[in-house]
Order: sequence, then C-alpha cells, then structure tokens
Amino acid sequence: MEPLLAARLQMAISLAFHIIFAVAGIAMPLMMVIAEWKWLKTKNEVYLALAKHWSKGTAILFAVGAVSGTVLSFELGLLWPNFMEWAGSIIGMPFSLEGFAFFTEAIFLGVYLYGWKKVNPVVHLVSGALVAVSGAASGIFVTIANAWMNTPAGFELVGGKPVDIDPVAAMLNPAAFSQTLHMMIAAYAATGFAVAGIHAFLLLKNPKNVFHQKALYIALAVGGVAAVIQPLSGDILAKVVARNQPLKLAAFEGQFETVRGAPLRVGGIPDVDGMETKYAIEIPFALSLLAYNDPDAEVKGLKDFPRELWPPVAIVHVAFQIMVAAGLIMAAVSVYSFVSVLRRKNIYESRALLRALVLCSPLGFIAIETGWIVTEVGRQPWIIYGVLKTAEAVTPMPWLAVTFITFTAIYIFLAVIVVLLLVRQFKASPEYLDSGRR
Amino acid sequence: MAVSTEVIIAAIMIISLTLYALKGGADYGGGVWDLLAFGKRAKRQREVIAEAISPIWEANHVWLILVIVILFTGFPLAFSTIATALHIPLTLMLIGIVFRGSAFAFRSYDVRKEESRTWGLVFSVSSLITPVLLGITLGAIASGNITLENGVVAAGFIKPWLSLFPFSVGIFTLVLFAYLAAVYLTLETDDEELKEDFRKRALITSIMTGLLAIVVYLLSGTGAPTIREGLGGKWWALAIQAIVFLLSLSAFLALLKRRFQLARICAIGQVSLIIWGWALAQYPYLVEPSVTVFNAAAPARTLNFLLIALVAGAFLLLPSFYYLFRVFRKL
Repeated sequence: MEPLLAARLQMAISLAFHIIFAVAGIAMPLMMVIAEWKWLKTKNEVYLALAKHWSKGTAILFAVGAVSGTVLSFELGLLWPNFMEWAGSIIGMPFSLEGFAFFTEAIFLGVYLYGWKKVNPVVHLVSGALVAVSGAASGIFVTIANAWMNTPAGFELVGGKPVDIDPVAAMLNPAAFSQTLHMMIAAYAATGFAVAGIHAFLLLKNPKNVFHQKALYIALAVGGVAAVIQPLSGDILAKVVARNQPLKLAAFEGQFETVRGAPLRVGGIPDVDGMETKYAIEIPFALSLLAYNDPDAEVKGLKDFPRELWPPVAIVHVAFQIMVAAGLIMAAVSVYSFVSVLRRKNIYESRALLRALVLCSPLGFIAIETGWIVTEVGRQPWIIYGVLKTAEAVTPMPWLAVTFITFTAIYIFLAVIVVLLLVRQFKASPEYLDSGRR
Repeated sequence: MAVSTEVIIAAIMIISLTLYALKGGADYGGGVWDLLAFGKRAKRQREVIAEAISPIWEANHVWLILVIVILFTGFPLAFSTIATALHIPLTLMLIGIVFRGSAFAFRSYDVRKEESRTWGLVFSVSSLITPVLLGITLGAIASGNITLENGVVAAGFIKPWLSLFPFSVGIFTLVLFAYLAAVYLTLETDDEELKEDFRKRALITSIMTGLLAIVVYLLSGTGAPTIREGLGGKWWALAIQAIVFLLSLSAFLALLKRRFQLARICAIGQVSLIIWGWALAQYPYLVEPSVTVFNAAAPARTLNFLLIALVAGAFLLLPSFYYLFRVFRKL
C-alpha cells in the first residue's frame, strides 16, 4: 500500500470513528440537561431516571471520544508533519481554545456523573449545562480549523511559505461560520434521531413505558428541530463553497460543463472518462438558483479546471447525494412529527411513526459520515485548499500500512464493544407505567 | 536567560507537562496498583483506586492535549520533528491511551459485572505500558539523537528511541507515577488497613525511584550528554538536585511517620522539580540537538495570541479544577 494512501485511510478511519463520539458528546449532554431540568420543574422521577440513564451512555461515549480525539491531535503530526509545520502557527489557535473547552467539558462531566449526591440539584444541573455548552464550543473550534483548510486565510504566501500570519483572521476564514453551523446542527440532528429511534424501538415492544415516552419526546425535540433547520444551513454552506471552492461544488453536483442555468442533479453516477453524469434526475436551473440566488447564474464545470486538481468526483458526488437524501428524509419525518404533536396526538401511539423513527435512527450519522467524505475527499488533492497538497504533507515514515491496519482493527473492536454495552444499558432501562411510578 | 514570549510559552508548556505528570500520571499509577493488587484486601484496594480516579481522570488527561496544542501552535517545527522521528513510540503510547481510557469506562459502566474483570485487566495493563512509552519518548527527545535532514530523520525511525537511556527514562517514569499514586491513595481512604497497604507501596516505590534516578543519571553520560552537562556543572542544577534529594527523603520519612499530607506535598515537589531540572538542563533545546525554543517558535503575533488565550484559559480553568477537587475532597 502506498504510504500516502495508508496515511489518508488512517486519517479517514480515525475521523470517521471519532466524529460519532464527538457528536454524541455534544448533543447527549443537552438531552440529559433537558431531562434533569424537567425533573426539577415537575418533580416527576421518570425524568430523573432518564437523565441518569442517558448520562451512563454519555460517560461511555465521552471516554471513547476523549481518547480517540487524543489520537487525532497526535495524528496531525504523526501523519502530516509538514502540514503542521506549515500551518501550526496559523491554525493552532482554535485547537488551543478547544483544549480549554475540552477541559471544562471533562471537569464538569466529572461533577455531573459522580456528583449526584455531592452537590445540590441546581449546581448539578448547571454542571450539566456547562458540559453541553463546552462540548458545543469544542466542536465549533475544531470545525473552524477544518474550515480553514477549505478556505485558508490569515497569511500571505511568499515563496511557498506563509508570512504575515494573523491567527484571528485565520479563525474568521470564509467558511468558518457556515461550516460550523452545519456541523453543529448535524450533531444535534444525528444524536437526537439516533436516540429517538432507539426509544421508538423500545416503545414498539413496550408501548406503556412512560420512561421511553418521555425520552422519545426530548430526543425528537432536539433532533427534530435541528433536522428541520439543517437544509437551510446546508444551503448557506453550499453558497460559500460555490464562491470559494467552485471546483468542489462542481464535484458535488457532477457538473462537467460550465453552463448558465445549471440544473440540480438528484442521484446519478459521474462518469469521469466520459465527462458526464449519467442516470440523474435534473431539476432545471435549480443549481444556479441555489448556489448563486439567480436561475441564470453561471456554474463552473469540472472541465474548466486542470484534471490533476479534480477530487475523486464519483465518490464526492455519491456521498453528497446520500447526505442530502438522509437529511431531507429526517427533515420530513420531523415535520410530520411536529404536526402530529400540534394536533395533540400522542406520537408514541402511532406505530407507523415509531417504525419510521426506528428506520431513520441511523440516518443522521450516515449523513455526518458522508458529509465528511464530501468535505474531505472533495478538498483533495489539497490538504490546504489551493496552497499545500496532501502528498506534500505526508510523513516519510515507511510502515504506515501497519499503523493503518492496527488502528482500523482497534476501532472496529471498540465500536463493537461500545454498541454491545449501549445495548445492555438500554435493555436495563427502568420500567415506569402511566402513573409515573415504577 | 532572556525572558521573551516564546520562553514564557515554553514554560507554560512545561507547567502543563508537570501537571499531567502529577495528575494524569498518578491516574496511570492507580492502574498499576490495580494490576498489582493482591491479598485479601485486593478487591477493596481496587475499589478505592476506582473511586479516586473515576471523576477526575478525563480532566487530568486533558493536560496532555494542552501540551500538544501548545507545542504545535507555539513551536510547529518541534512538533513536526518529534512526530516524525518518534512516530513509533508515540503511536504505541496512543494505543495505550486508547485502551486505558476505553477499558476504564467500559469497566465502570458495564451492566454485566462478570466481564468487568476483563476490562479491569485491560485498563491496568495499559496503565502500566503507557507511562513507559511516554518516558521513552521524553528520553529520546533529550538524547540528542534526533536530527532531521531534508525532513527525514537521519538516525532512522527506530534507533533514536530503541536504546538504553530512553528505556531507563521510561521505567523511571512508570515507577514515579506509581509512587505518586500510592502516596495520594493513602489519603483517599479512611480504612486504616488500606492506608497501610498504600503506605507500604509508597515506601517501596520511593526507594525504587531513588535507585532508578541514579541509573538514569549514570546512563545519561552517554545517552544524553548535553543534559548531563547541564545537570553537572551549574550551581542551580546542583541546587535543584539537592532539593529533589531532600524532598524525596522528607517524603520517605513522612511516610514512615504516617504524616500523609506532608508526604504528598513532598512527593509533588519532588516530581515537579525532577521535570523542571530536566527542562532547565535541556534549555534552550526543545529537541536536541537542533530544534530550540527560538528557531522553532511561531511568529510573534501567534505567540502573543496564544499567550493571551492561555492566560484567559487559566482564569477559566483553575477555579473549575479547584471546584472539581473540592467536590471530590482531593484538596
């Protein structure tokens, strides 16, 4: 295996693994805190049981997220030393700030998980809220660093080296806002849907358990609101990509020709050699309209760019389609659920909706994984868009295939164990009947 | 010694490393004592250890992340050099970190208790291995064997760390962490028998740290000549070594007399000064023999922002840590 390919695959597997735990670490604390707040307000002990139950799952997910995040912070240098030497002084700042957010998260998670009997209920709730806020801050800082790799800013390029470095301008890079917005909403949508799906599954088996009913409402509120607004943030981000990375947008869409009034493609498989995207349903003018707010705007096609700068078009296009489809299905199911709630229906009594939620439960994470493929593979061959190639950044270490296989094996093993432990946690869910008593 | 921004940031990095050793290091030490728990009180020893580290190990672990982000933001060249040359021991250390943290969480939250012994074993074995690899890495950084030529390590990817001196530092690190943990654990329980168990362990490892310190010092003659020189001649270096000796002796006597609070303070001072003595002896090198605090430093604007962030972060962090340790009665 080529060292560059091994390094890329190791980075990909590390990110794909970590992102699941990072995302859960962002959104689970919010749901825990909502449950605990409802308990303080209503004194209904079902909510307390729910907060405690969710917090156990969060503890497992957070621990694995913390260690896999540590791996990533080292891997930046282990795999891409030339990238870090080049960019460390420019985008180290968000990572440093993330360090402090992570500290706050870990400290107050400790208080939250082990302080039920040691601190008073309000302080306990505030600790949980601090975990939720600092978890979100961590995610924002890390995504800002990634956004910089897409739209580098805050330096001048002189003789291939960065000078006049401004780390604040680097953090305020063009994609920073839209990419972090899209990622954070994705975190809440994916986690909310995953948890809602699990409780929906348990409700199908045990419809009278109030524990799962309350859980479903909170998870669906968090996941559903996020899923409904996510297409809007996607649109904002796509416009930023269109402006700053037109080649990447062309790859999203499998757009080979430069045209005015470009269509939006649904589905389809790009044929790179034949230079066309086959089998797609085309919605006329829609791409120009979405990307530039003008149905007649010109959209640059792949053919306008040198072939050696193209990302792997087929992977990017297909991943993009999967992400969008998953997101739209989640948004639709959310709207349907909200309408049901507004019509004063108990959503947990609709077996059809419960089944739909079970089917939807992995969609958010599928969207996140494919979304990362879109942004990371879509940036290739660059590690810093337009500035530094991935191939130039890789370590000279020769045995990268070994480390890649090792980490893959470890992560698959850990993933299996985590799933097993979470299943056991859910099987041990408490049972409360309608009166709110056990 | 000129006190410029890069020197201050390097000092903050060493403070973070010191705190990682004092806090995170002791958590690894706890794992070591979990592995070595024996006799009829083995189960209770393990319970005390788990109770002591559960609420705080993740927060303690973040000191390592802080060291790394300061290194790659403030001294990118040093980070890329270390990460390239020491790819193998760092990767092994990361595997240890992953298994230690995951297994500990799995053990705590597995509904099936019969399996938790397996996770306990994974946790404790990786607690034993990880500090050795951390020490090997630090020893290799100090050895003077890491030179890059055109971005490639001149001595190869194995030789700089696979030798006697880095390994002696690895073993020394492990014993030091176990020693710290044993000293702390005497204060984590009210059970007199358990206190005695941990006191014995602290006394034994106290003697071992002394012996290993001599071994490391002797090996540094050929293993890390620049450090040896730094520690040998100058008055401040000799003063630090004298104080470390007095502190370790005081800690030992305090343990003998069951003055556990005093022992903890002395042990903390002892470990901190070992790290600082090493750091000062190595100054201004971040990686011997070519990367210094000055030639690896990021541009001034980055350093200034980093310093502001670190100071502001400290204002956020220190009260939070104080609160955490208060709640779980560790102060």
